[in-house]
Amino acid sequence: MTAISSGATTYIAQSVSLFDGFDGFVLPLVLKIAFVLQLFFVVPLVGGYLEHKAMGRMQHRRGPVEAGPFGVLQLVADGIKFIQKEDVIPRAADRWVFAAAPGVAMVPALLVFLVIPLGPGVFALDLELGLFYALAITSVSVLGVLMGGWASANKFSLIGGLRAGAQLIAYELPLILAAITVAVQAGTLSLVGIVEAQAGFMIPGTGINVWFVFPQIVGFGIFFISAMAELSRPPFDMPIGDSELVFGYMTEYTGIKYAMYMLTEYAGMITMSALMVVLYLGGWQLLPGVPMPGCEGAGGLFDCSPIGIALSVLVTLGKIMALVFVMVWARVAYPRLREDQLQRMSWLVLVPLSLLNLAVITVFKVVF
Amino acid sequence: MSDLDTKERIQPGTAPGEDVAFEIHGDGDFPTADMSLSIGPAHPATHGVFRIVLEMDGERVREARPVIGYMHRGFEKLAEYRDYRQIKALVNRHDWLSGFSNELGVALAVEKMMEMEVPDRAQWIRMLIAEWNRILNHLMFIGSYAIELGAITPMFYAFREREDIQHLLESATGGRLHFTYNQPGGLKIDLPKGFLRESQRLSTVVRERLPDYFDLVLGNEIFQGRTKGIGPLPSDVALSIGVTGPTLQATGVAEDPRVTEPYLKYGEIDVPVPVGENGDSFDRFSCLLRRIQASLDIIDQVHDHVPPGPVNSKLPKMVKAPEGATYVRTENPLGQLGYWLESDGGRTPWRLKMRTPSFSNVQAIPYLMEGVLLPDAISILGSVFFVVGDIDR
Repeated sequence: MTAISSGATTYIAQSVSLFDGFDGFVLPLVLKIAFVLQLFFVVPLVGGYLEHKAMGRMQHRRGPVEAGPFGVLQLVADGIKFIQKEDVIPRAADRWVFAAAPGVAMVPALLVFLVIPLGPGVFALDLELGLFYALAITSVSVLGVLMGGWASANKFSLIGGLRAGAQLIAYELPLILAAITVAVQAGTLSLVGIVEAQAGFMIPGTGINVWFVFPQIVGFGIFFISAMAELSRPPFDMPIGDSELVFGYMTEYTGIKYAMYMLTEYAGMITMSALMVVLYLGGWQLLPGVPMPGCEGAGGLFDCSPIGIALSVLVTLGKIMALVFVMVWARVAYPRLREDQLQRMSWLVLVPLSLLNLAVITVFKVVF
Repeated sequence: MSDLDTKERIQPGTAPGEDVAFEIHGDGDFPTADMSLSIGPAHPATHGVFRIVLEMDGERVREARPVIGYMHRGFEKLAEYRDYRQIKALVNRHDWLSGFSNELGVALAVEKMMEMEVPDRAQWIRMLIAEWNRILNHLMFIGSYAIELGAITPMFYAFREREDIQHLLESATGGRLHFTYNQPGGLKIDLPKGFLRESQRLSTVVRERLPDYFDLVLGNEIFQGRTKGIGPLPSDVALSIGVTGPTLQATGVAEDPRVTEPYLKYGEIDVPVPVGENGDSFDRFSCLLRRIQASLDIIDQVHDHVPPGPVNSKLPKMVKAPEGATYVRTENPLGQLGYWLESDGGRTPWRLKMRTPSFSNVQAIPYLMEGVLLPDAISILGSVFFVVGDIDR
C-alpha cells in the first residue's frame, strides 16, 4: 500500500486487491477472472429477479413463481431457453456485423466490472483512472447497438439504432460532467479513493461526516437520469420502444444473441448503480461516520476482518439493489418520453445544470 | 395496392448484388431520402391486423396511408344467411369489445320493423348491461393506449376492473366477451338473483378506483407531454369525415344518440356527455376516461328504475321482419353504430349494412398523421380508438 499525500487529505491510492494476497501470477489472475465473471453473470440475474418480482407486486401480479423456490430460477430458465432457440440471421443482413454486434455491446459491460469495488479489497483492479475507465468503456456498448441496428436490414432496427446513438451522445455529457464533479470533490479518479474520500468528508465547520450525495444532490439526480437514459431503461427506452419500433435494434435478434443484448442491459443497470453507490452513496459504508464492524484503517473502511469484508460486500450489494429498485419503479410508473423531448431535456436542462453543479462544487472545493 | 408494392424503397444493409434505389427529397443542406415504413399488419401498436404505410423523412411522417381489409370476415354477407335470432351471434363479433351493444342494435332494428312491444324490464336491463359493456370497452382502451405510450402498469389496473365486471356479466349472460343476451323482443333470460345488488356494489368499487387512472395516467407529466397538442382534430373536419364517439366528443361536439335521438329508456334519465376542447390525443383520452364516469352515473340511475315483470315478449316460431327497410343508430362504446336492415319478408334479412364507428374513425388517420413524428403517430393511432374487426367486418 502506498500512501500519497494530496493537500490536506491522504489517500490510499491504488490499493491492493484481496486476490493479490495469493502467491504467484496464475492463481490471483484466475481468481480475479472468476470474480468478475460471477459479478457479471450472477448480480444482473439478481437484479432481474428483483425487477420481475417488484413489477409484479406493483401490477397486481405475483411475478415468477414456478421456476425454483419463489421463481428465483426464472431468469436461468430463460437463459437456457434462449440457448436452445434457433439462431436466425436475416438474408439481407450484413452477416458478420450482425453476428458481432451483441458481443461488441456485451464485452464492455463485462469489462466495467473490473474496477467496481464491492468492499475493502473486493475488486479486481484499482486503477488510478478508475472512473475515467468505467465511463469510457460503458460508452463503447452503443457501438454494438448501432452495429446491430444497421446490420439487421430492418427499418425498425435502423431507427432504433440511430435513436440509441443520438441518446448516448446527448446523455454522455451530463453523465460525465456529474461524475467529474465528484472527482473534483474527491481529488482522485480512483473509485476506491472516492469511497475513502467520502468517509473523510465533513460538512465544513462541523465534524459531521456525510456522503457526496449530500452536497451533490443535483449531481446525483443528473447522474441517475442520465444513467437510465444511457441504458435505455424506461421511461427512456425509445431505442426499443416496442409500441413504435417493434423492438428497435433487437427486432431481428433471436436466441443467444438476443440474450446477450438483454444481459448487457441488466449488467448496465448493475454497473451504473454500482458507480452511483461508489460516487455518491459512500461505497461500502453502512452509514456516514460509522466505522464498519471489524474494520480499522481509514475511518473504518480498510484492514478488515473477514466478517467486516462480508458485511461491506453485503452493504454495497444492498445499495445497488435499492437503486435498481428505483429504476424498476420508474419503469412501472412512467410512460415513454418522445425522442425530441428526451434530447431537449438533455441539452436544455441537464447539461447547463451539470455545468452549474460543476462550477459550484469547484468553487466550494477551493474555498473550503 | 399496386403502387405500394412497386414503389422503390430504401433497404438498409442490403444483400450482395441487390440494387437499391434512393429517392432523394428535401431542400437546403440536408437532402434526405424518404423511407416508406409499413406499420403492421402485425405490429404491436395496431392491436390487430391493421396496417399503415408511412412515408417518412427521418422520424417525420410525410404521408400516412391506412390499409384495411386484412380482417375482412364478410359479416354483412353472412348475416343474409342467418335468421333474425341467429344474427346476434354474428354481430357481437365484429367489434369484439362491445358485443352487447352490437347485438342491441340488431335487436332494436328487428323490433322496429316488426313493431314489437318490448317489456320495460328488458329495456332497463339492456341499458344496464350496455353501460357495463361500455365501461369494459373503455377500460381496455385505457390500458392499451397507456401501453402504446410505454406505460405498462395501467393495463394491469384496467384488467383488474375488467375481470370483476366480466364476472358480473357472466353471471347474467353466460358470456365474457360475446354475450348473446339480446333477442328480438327482449332478453334471453332474466337476471340472476342478487345481480342488481352486486352491480350496485361493483359500481361503487369501480368509481372508487377511477382516480387511480386519473392520477396514474391522465395526471402524469410525461403522458401529458406525449398527448397534449398532438393530433388536434377540428370539429368541422371531424364531422365531415364522419368521426363519432369519444373521438368526436373530444373536439367539443356533444353528439350522442343516447341524448339526441334517445333509444331504450335513455330519454327518461340524465345522460352526461363529456366533451373536450381541442380534440387532441389528450382530450380524446380524457373523454374516454370521463365516459366511464358518465356510464357509472347512468348505471346508478338505472338501478333505481328496473321494474319487475317479464324480460321477453312471446315470439312467433319463425321471426320474420315484414318487407321494408329501417335504420337504427346506437351509441356504441367507440362511436355511432348504424344498422341498415332491409327485408323482403323472408326469414333472413335481405341486406344488413353495418355503419361501424371504427371504420369512420380511422378515416381521420391520414389527416391527423400528416407531418407528425413517428412516436406521435403512435400516440394518434392509439387515440382514435378502433377495433380492427370493426373496421373490416
